[in-house]
This record gives sequence, C-alpha cells and structure tokens, in this order.
Amino acid sequence: MSGHADTGHGAHGDHGTHDDHGASFKGYMTGFILSVILTAIPFWLVMTGVLENKNATAIAIVVFAAVQIVVHMVYFLHMNGKAEGGWTFTAMIFTIIIVVIVLSGSLWVMYHLHANMMPVPHDMNRMP
Amino acid sequence: MAMKLENTAGAAPVFYEIEEHAHPEGSSTMLGFWIYLMSDCLIFAILFAVYGVLGANYAAGPAPKDLFDLNLVALNTAMLLFSSITYGFAMLAMEKGRTGAVQGWLFVTGLFGLAFLGIELYEFAHMIHEGATPQRSAFLSSFFTLVGTHGLHVTFGLVWLVTLMVQVARRGLIPANRRRLMCLSMFWHFLDVIWIGVFTFVYLMGMLR
Amino acid sequence: MTEPSTQTTFLFGRLGWQSLPLHEPIVVVTFGVVALGGIALLGALTYFRLWGYLWREWFTSVDHKKIGIMYMVLGIVMLLRGFADAIMMRLQQAWAFNGSEGYLNAHHYDQIFTAHGVIMIFFVAMPLVTGLMNYVVPLQIGARDVSFPFLNNFSFWMTVGGAVLVMASLFIGEFAKTGWLAYPPLSNIGYSPDVGVDYYIWALQVAGVGTTLSGINLICTIIKMRAPGMTMMKMPVFTWTSLCTNVLIVATFPVLTAVLVLLGLDRYVGTNFFTNDFGGSPMMYVNLIWIWGHPEVYILILPLFGVYSEVTSTFSGKRLFGYTSMVYATVVITILSYLVWLHHFFTMGSGASVNSFFGITTMIISIPTGAKIFNWLFTMYRGRIRFELPMMWTVAFMLTFVIGGMTGVLLAVPPADFVLHNSLFLVAHFHNVIIGGVVFGVFAAIYYWWPKAFGFRLDPFWGKVSFWCWVVGFWVAFMPLYVLGLMGVTRRMRVFDDPSLHVWFIVAGFGAALIAAGIGAFLIQIGVSILKRKQLADNTGDPWDGRTLEWSTSSPPPDYNFAFTPVIHDNDAWSDMKRRGYTRPLAGFRPIHMPRNTGTGVILAALSVACGFALIWYIWWLAAISFVGIVATAIWHTFNYHRDFHIPAEDVVRAEEARTRLLAAQGRA
Repeated sequence: MSGHADTGHGAHGDHGTHDDHGASFKGYMTGFILSVILTAIPFWLVMTGVLENKNATAIAIVVFAAVQIVVHMVYFLHMNGKAEGGWTFTAMIFTIIIVVIVLSGSLWVMYHLHANMMPVPHDMNRMP
Repeated sequence: MAMKLENTAGAAPVFYEIEEHAHPEGSSTMLGFWIYLMSDCLIFAILFAVYGVLGANYAAGPAPKDLFDLNLVALNTAMLLFSSITYGFAMLAMEKGRTGAVQGWLFVTGLFGLAFLGIELYEFAHMIHEGATPQRSAFLSSFFTLVGTHGLHVTFGLVWLVTLMVQVARRGLIPANRRRLMCLSMFWHFLDVIWIGVFTFVYLMGMLR
Repeated sequence: MTEPSTQTTFLFGRLGWQSLPLHEPIVVVTFGVVALGGIALLGALTYFRLWGYLWREWFTSVDHKKIGIMYMVLGIVMLLRGFADAIMMRLQQAWAFNGSEGYLNAHHYDQIFTAHGVIMIFFVAMPLVTGLMNYVVPLQIGARDVSFPFLNNFSFWMTVGGAVLVMASLFIGEFAKTGWLAYPPLSNIGYSPDVGVDYYIWALQVAGVGTTLSGINLICTIIKMRAPGMTMMKMPVFTWTSLCTNVLIVATFPVLTAVLVLLGLDRYVGTNFFTNDFGGSPMMYVNLIWIWGHPEVYILILPLFGVYSEVTSTFSGKRLFGYTSMVYATVVITILSYLVWLHHFFTMGSGASVNSFFGITTMIISIPTGAKIFNWLFTMYRGRIRFELPMMWTVAFMLTFVIGGMTGVLLAVPPADFVLHNSLFLVAHFHNVIIGGVVFGVFAAIYYWWPKAFGFRLDPFWGKVSFWCWVVGFWVAFMPLYVLGLMGVTRRMRVFDDPSLHVWFIVAGFGAALIAAGIGAFLIQIGVSILKRKQLADNTGDPWDGRTLEWSTSSPPPDYNFAFTPVIHDNDAWSDMKRRGYTRPLAGFRPIHMPRNTGTGVILAALSVACGFALIWYIWWLAAISFVGIVATAIWHTFNYHRDFHIPAEDVVRAEEARTRLLAAQGRA
C-alpha cells in the first residue's frame, strides 16, 4: 500500500471534478426503483397480513431491509472496495462488526439479566 | 509529481522530494466525513439497542398497535426516499457544473425533507395528545428518542442544505463547495439508510407484535 | 443528602447564594488558595503583556505541536487536582477508625471519589495520551500537520471546556456523588436531584465531542498524510498504536454520548430509560456504559504500549523485535476489547452462560499483551541498553503492569470476581495497570520527547528522584489494598469498624505521600530544567540516537516540520537515513502551504461551556442563546474560505540556515 493512498487521484483531490464511481442517472434511478419495491413489499406484507405467520413476516421484512440498505450503499452512497484506497469499505465493515456485537451482545446480556433479576411489581404502571 | 525512490547506478537513495505534490487541499475530507458517519451510525446503534431491549415495556400503557398509522409512515418514507433521489439529481447536476440545476434540486430536496419532518411532528403531536408521551413508558421513551434523534439529524441536514445553497449562490461550484455538497450527500443518504432500520424495526415490527 | 434547591428564578435558574459551598470549610480554603493563585497568574500575564502572545501563538494555533503541548499542560494541571482528591481519600481512610468519623462527611467524601475518577480518566489520562499522539504522530509520518488542523484546535478547547465545568462544580454547586460512572438509579433525578450529576453529564458531553473529533482527525492523518514510501507496515509502532487507539475512540465514544443523552433525558424530561418503574432498566445503563468503558481503558494504554516500543528499541540500540507481531497484537487487542465488557458486572446476575463467555474472552485478551512484553524483552536481549530515564520507566512498567495484568486475569474468573468485585482488590488492580502502564509510560514519553519539543533535555537527577518516589510510592500505596481486598474490604468506604485493618491504610497513606513527593519532584524537575536549559540544550535534534522521523527535525521543529517531505525506504526511517549517508538539503527551499490560526475553536468551546453551565442550573434562556450561538458561529465559520497561507521561501531558508549553523557548531554538519 503506497504512502499516498490517493495517488490515483493526484492533482484532482476530490471526487467532484471527474466522473464519480457510480454517479449516473441510470444508477440513481435503478437504486430508486429498487428502493421503492423493497419498501412497498414489506409495508404490504405487514398491512395486509398476507403471510399468516408473524415470524415469517418479521424475517421477510428484515431481509428486505438488509437488501435495501445494500442498495442504498451501492447506488446512492457509491460504496465500493476501491474508494479512498479501500479504507471507507474497511471502516464500514468494522462499524458493522461493532454494531452487530453491540446489538446482539446487549440483547443477549439484557435478556439474561432481566430473566434472572427483574422483580415483578403488582402495580400495573410499574410493570415493565 | 513522479518521484524516484532510487537514483540510477547505485547512487545514494533519495530521502526527500523537492517537487512536492502537497496533499491537496481537502484530500482528507471525504474519508473524514465517512468516518464521522460511522460514529453517528454507532449512536443510532445504541438507540436501536435500547429500543430492542426496552421496546416491549409498555408499562400497561399504549403499545405500537394503538399508536402507529402505517399509511402515514409509508407517506413519510416516500418523502424521504424522494428527497434522496432529488439530492442524487443535484449531485449529477453538480458534476456537469450546472449551478442553477443544483440549486433547484437542492430546493426540492429541502421541500421533501420539510414534508418528512412535518408529517413526523404531526405524528408526535397526535401521540402526545393521546397520552402517549415519552414519559409514559420505556417503550415510548425509546421510540421518541430513536425516531426523534433521526428527525433532529434531518433538521440539521436541512439547516446545512440552506447554508450550502447560500454558499453555492455566492461562490458557485468551487472545489470547497463541491466537497461540502458531497459530504451533505453522504449525510443525507445515510439518514435514509437509518430510516430503513427505523421503519422496519420500529413501525413494521411494532405492528407485528 | 443535600436539600435540593427548589428555588428557581427565570434569570438564574436554580443558581442562588445557597449554591456556594460556604458551609464546607475545606472548599472555602481551597477556593481562597485557587483564587489567590489565579489572580497572581492572571496578574503576571497582564503585567508581562503576554495575553497577545498567548492568544496569537498558542490559543488560536492550529499547529499540532502547540496543541499537543497544551494538552500536556492541561493533563498535568488536572493531575494535581485529581491527586489532591486521592490524598484526601487516603487521609480520610487512614483516619476514620476507632470511632472517629475522619474529617470528611459523606456528602463531601462521595464527591471526592467521584471527581477523582472522572478527572483522572477524562482530564488527565485522555489529554496526556491525546497530547502525545498529537505532537508525535505527524512528525513520525513525515507530515506537516494533521488532516484537519482547525478541528484539532477545536477538540482541544472542548476538552478544556469539560475540565472547566468539572472545576466549576467545586466552587459553584457540587459534583456528582455517584462514583465515576454515575450508575442509575442513584444518578437519576430521584436520588440525585441536585446539580452534581448534571455537571458530570455536561462536562463529559462537551469533552466527548472534542475527543471523538480528535479521533477522526488522527485516523485520517495516519491514513492519508504519510510520507511517500511509508507503507502501513513501515510506520513506526507508536503510529500504529495511535491508529488503533483512535479507531477505538471513534468506535466507542459515540456509545458514551448516547448513554449520557439517555441519562440526561431521564433527568431533564422524565423519560424512563433507566428508572425502576414504567419499564425502565437501570441494568441497561450498566451494560451500555461498560460497552464504552472497556474499550476506553484500551484507549488509555495502547498509545503507551507504542511509547514503550519506541523507547525500548531506541535505548537498546536495536530494531524492535517482532514488528509484525506487534502490529497484529495491537489490532487483535483493538477488536477483542469489544468482546469483554461484561466482566465489569459479573455480579449483576446475567448467569453462568453469559459470565463464562465473557470470562473466557477476558482471559484471551491478555495474550496479545503478553506477546508484546516478550517482544520488548527480546528487543532488549543482546542490545546495548542505555538506562536513561525512559528506559527506567519502561522496566518499572514491565514489572508493575505485569502484576496488575495478572490480577486482572484472576478477576476475569467469575467465581473469583464474585468475592472480589467492588473490593479494594479491584481498586488495586486498576490502579496497578493504569499507574504502571499509563502513568509510567507518560513519564517515559515526556522525558523522551521533551527535548524535541523544547530544545533542551529534562534534568536527570530530579527525574530519578521522581521515578523512585513514584515507583516505591505506588507499590507502598497499593499493595496493602490488594491485601485489604482479599480480606473483604469494600471500595469507597469512608469509615471503618475493624481496627485490624487500620495499619494497612496507614501504610497506603505513606505510599500516597511518597507519590506526592514524586509529583513534587517532577514539577521541580521541570523548573530546574528550564533554569538550566542552556546546559541541557539539545542542538542536534537527535539527543537519543533516535530511529524514527521526528528525530530528523530540529529541536524544536520549525512550524512546517519538514522543509521537504521525506521519502521513506524502510522501517525506523531515520536510522535508515543515518545509515545510508543522508545529508540535509541546504538549498532549493520553496514556499510552504500552511493552515491559518483561528479563534473560532476557543469561541465555540466557550459557548459550549456557557450552554452546559446553563443546562446544569436550569437557566433556560442562557442555554437557548448559547446553543443558537454555537450553531451560528459554526455556520459563520464555514463562510470563511481563506484558511491558509504560504510560509515564504525566505523564511524557510532562514530557519534551515539557522539549523545548519547550530549543527556546525555542534561539530556535525
């Protein structure tokens, strides 16, 4: 890895002065259409209750959300493995790892803590 | 700009460069802003974690089914998605150097953003009027804080948008303004990404409980 | 518990004459001393007409070197306050036996141990570590400044802002009485209705903004501003540890920000995140705060691991052993630090499966640190070791920190922790690793890089006095605490019933007095060195036969660091250059592009302090105005597009020629 991570950009210095890695009308429209579809379907699934099984619906909408996030990353945020010498991609992966640890860790830990330690009050307002 | 690391014929290596291509002004800005966005992502992750842990604690008060109007949320989501695409068009115009078009698309983006905020504030006001205040239960505290923080970010984005429109009007699409527009672009799309998480895990999942 | 002030006025919120702690004689005397000293200092600055100089050359500077020095000054000043708290605690605990209540009531004592922890972590250790990284990293990578010089200045002043708020709590109102992490429900509005916890929240939020931005700044600097030829695996180890530290900062301070916001919402708005009823969960606070808290301690230690690597290789005259494994160990520690946080609350009740998982990960994380110790030892092996003070501090670190680390591995075993949690054993453990690791490392770093920053070395005699007082003092102060902890004594106790414990506290008190002497000797060392600076002068820029790029510049370096950007070929770039016949360029200097000074950072931080103060005291009009002021100032700042200038070539020529003359006078061209 060269000391100048942006040697390829050299005199340009920023992305605005030449064609951005994915910024094109076609790219934005593709991202937009995909996002509309990936939003409409989850809303439809929940509002109509078409899948009888709530768990299945939940899993479906999470999957759609994940896919739509990727669509946003690629088509709107122009995420690729080469920008800034690959560092934006690395930073994103690292952040995702930390977020997964924090979310799953907290849910796991707090589930156990609440199961073991939460008292049950008798005043309904004080119920969790 | 080329620098030789070694001279020819075994002469002493070159230890400094005379022809400098100094790190161009603003060369760290994009990476720096991206890293800031990652830190902002973590703040939202904590708010999501809190919502995940406390989001079912209704304290015998109103639950999602009593409060959420998915039609309104769908409208809201559409507003934000449209604002993302219109910002994208602003960026395309920027690449072509068309200042007028940039300003136009920024203005439309701002309108969609305001529509988003307006609908959200209406929703909040309605909930509070019904007694579903942030103080009522941990579920409501987490809801208002998570969704409200996203809304605050959108608000800040709009302030930034207006500021940039003034700056572009005054100085045109100079490199510094282009960098700023790119940063706001990242910020704006990032907020839409967070919203995907919000409408999925808060609103849609909430109705499934 | 104090009576909460129920009087609120529009103009002053809940601030009133009763907010002044006139009933606490110790605080009144402290205020008197501070006020006199402050007036004397301000008076001297005015008399010697230094305000203009300070504002132009230091306060508004965006030069990483000046900012680094200011961070160090902040850290050392706050060390005196934090240590004063420590002495007061030791004195109280040595006193309060056989029916005596000591000299501190609970209201006061609880604030002291809280302030001691908050100040030492946030306003001593963090600034010192940030100061070192700020000063050294750009020089080590051959850069002229950090990626975002204005943000750097802003970050510094926000840290100062947080410190100002903490210090203000001493004389106006009170500080939190909750311990340094302010667990709810105690920190919630019901049990802490007064201003103390609010001071805590806002001081940390203001300082936290500075820290997070500084983290982003240094990551970008290291990634983007390295000199040509310096690949990642040719960076100095201190730069590697700085990179990992700043990654930790950016990836963990947002957690603290979010949690404090939630606690703040509970206190100000009445939400139910951490309440006992309406669905809240105080345990969630503990969980989240330690998700921040554990990476935080690695933020503190990793830069010092980098210092030890630089010092060991320089003073052994040898390349660092196992560079690659050092880098990997650092990265592994960075990632693993996110997988251990629960060990801070094994006893909260998450059960065997959860506790076992985190117990195992905690034990695993000690392994890469062990690898580092071996690498340092192997570097020293067969080296030509010079026992200058940095090396002495490093050896003391190795012996001290390893013991602390081992007690940590003991605590990592959940059943053992059930006995030792929140005992003095725990207190001894973390002071062992923080003092043995962070403090000793900071002293090593100060002695090592002081000549670079100021052009003269520190006096070795007083340095050695300080060293021995600190090392012996630490062991005498904290070994008794291990014993007491194993005997079951709880932390944060103000009064004791069991007379058999007394002698241990007296011994610990003597240890604290020795450490006080060590701090005194350190201050004397600085004073004496300034007086003897001509004798101690370093005219070569390289007093230690250093190995990394910062030693290629003059001492102190010129504003622009390097007249020409260096080109790197190998690790230990400066050693490489010396070995291969590098000669300093003497001509062909060009104008150099530099960032301009600015006062915006000071103004923004001052407004943030005003806003924080207003929020603490419920002075809503002031909070609103200062908040609007912050936003307006920030926006106005962005309308300034002329933030740079060029150092004319003649100035560069003059600076370089002055250095040439100095080197020639030394007998080295």
